[in-house]
Amino acid sequence: MPIIEFDENRCDCNPGETLLECLDRYNCPPPSSCQSGLCHTCLMRCVKGTPPESAQNGLKDSLVKQGYFLPCVCYPEGDMKVVMPDDAAAPHTSAKLIEKTILTPAIARLRFAVDEDFSYIPGQYTNIFKSDEVARTYSIASVPVLGDYIEFHIEKISGGIVSEWIFNTLKEGDELQISEALGECFYQAGEEENNLLMIATGSGFAPIYGIVRDALNQGHTGEIHVYQGAGMAEKLYLVDEMKILAEKHENLFYHPCLSRDATEDFESGRANELALTEHADLKNWTVYLCGHPEMVKATQRKAFLAGASMKDIHSDPFEFAKT
Amino acid sequence: MSDALFDQLGGEAAVNAAVDIFYRKVLADDRISRFFDGVDMEKQAAKQKAFLTMAFGGPHNYTGKDMRDGHASLVKDGLNDSHFDAVVENLGATLKELGVADDLIGQVAAVAETTRNDVLGK
Repeated sequence: MPIIEFDENRCDCNPGETLLECLDRYNCPPPSSCQSGLCHTCLMRCVKGTPPESAQNGLKDSLVKQGYFLPCVCYPEGDMKVVMPDDAAAPHTSAKLIEKTILTPAIARLRFAVDEDFSYIPGQYTNIFKSDEVARTYSIASVPVLGDYIEFHIEKISGGIVSEWIFNTLKEGDELQISEALGECFYQAGEEENNLLMIATGSGFAPIYGIVRDALNQGHTGEIHVYQGAGMAEKLYLVDEMKILAEKHENLFYHPCLSRDATEDFESGRANELALTEHADLKNWTVYLCGHPEMVKATQRKAFLAGASMKDIHSDPFEFAKT
Repeated sequence: MSDALFDQLGGEAAVNAAVDIFYRKVLADDRISRFFDGVDMEKQAAKQKAFLTMAFGGPHNYTGKDMRDGHASLVKDGLNDSHFDAVVENLGATLKELGVADDLIGQVAAVAETTRNDVLGK
């Protein structure tokens, strides 16, 4: 009989019983509604063992890849350890800072060496722990096959305990803890010919820098339009690297945008507004949105109304911690 | 409502085909779009899917209480029969666009109608 681990519970799953029914019998069910795999209310994640394929029908590929499944249609075939989808009690890994570069007065680039078994997909995020109690979420900008390190772009937040500590105190050689990589804002296999629209503001460019290089590396053939925006020039970074990349790949179009400063080097205006004006019909496009939460929300809606399908809009709003 | 309607419409595939079209119509409808300002679009899309499944006669655990609780704050903000009518109209237009026969559209509208009092907190 498969054993299901969930929180403190070890549950024996009876033959012919769904995982949801099993957890219900042990009085620890997740919220559920349709109980037939349609509404996705009971979505959970499997962190040990493998969910049967039939329990992942209808889920986005990005969720399938990360072990998400629907307990209401899951007939376990072996032992599984399951968690709620937003469970932060995920395993930790130690990471050693091997390179710290101040890219602009507002942005630092950190590169860490991590254990080989730390796996991630470019664009996912992880928590960086300053101490056991204090952590902040940062997106991963690196691509595994391009280097043996994981890279973060840290935006200096005035009064932000973690970002100021990173800028002022953290030094090369220091070790800290990071959580496992999570999130589903990443390049989707099977969309090599789709046109991609990527919009980032501030350090929201970190995941985009990972995703765009991941896409190119995987041989993406459709057009890729990257709009990188900021208010002031000091928050636009890696511009030269992106220009070089765009020169190398004729399907990559790079638009650095400044909304407040006007200069000849950059397009003038908000990245999201320029992007949506220049691409008014997004039918069959895949859209990536990372950065300021208000920008992400508003643009998500506009992109959807411009014809992009909900499942093809991937976003990563950068909420700032209230400290 | 019987599974017969759900099967005639094409089951889950029909729900998947309808959800983007329906949600886009609702968001683009000036009569009701304001009620969706600031909502989490992914969560909302999942709710739309659950609603469509139910309206299509599919499997669901619909409870009037969930529907009441979910819409209570919107009712306070002025949600009324005209808005409910607009949603049903968008639902019909969605099905029409997908080539669904009129009598089936009528049946879907009838199922949707059974939620009116709960949605509007009557």
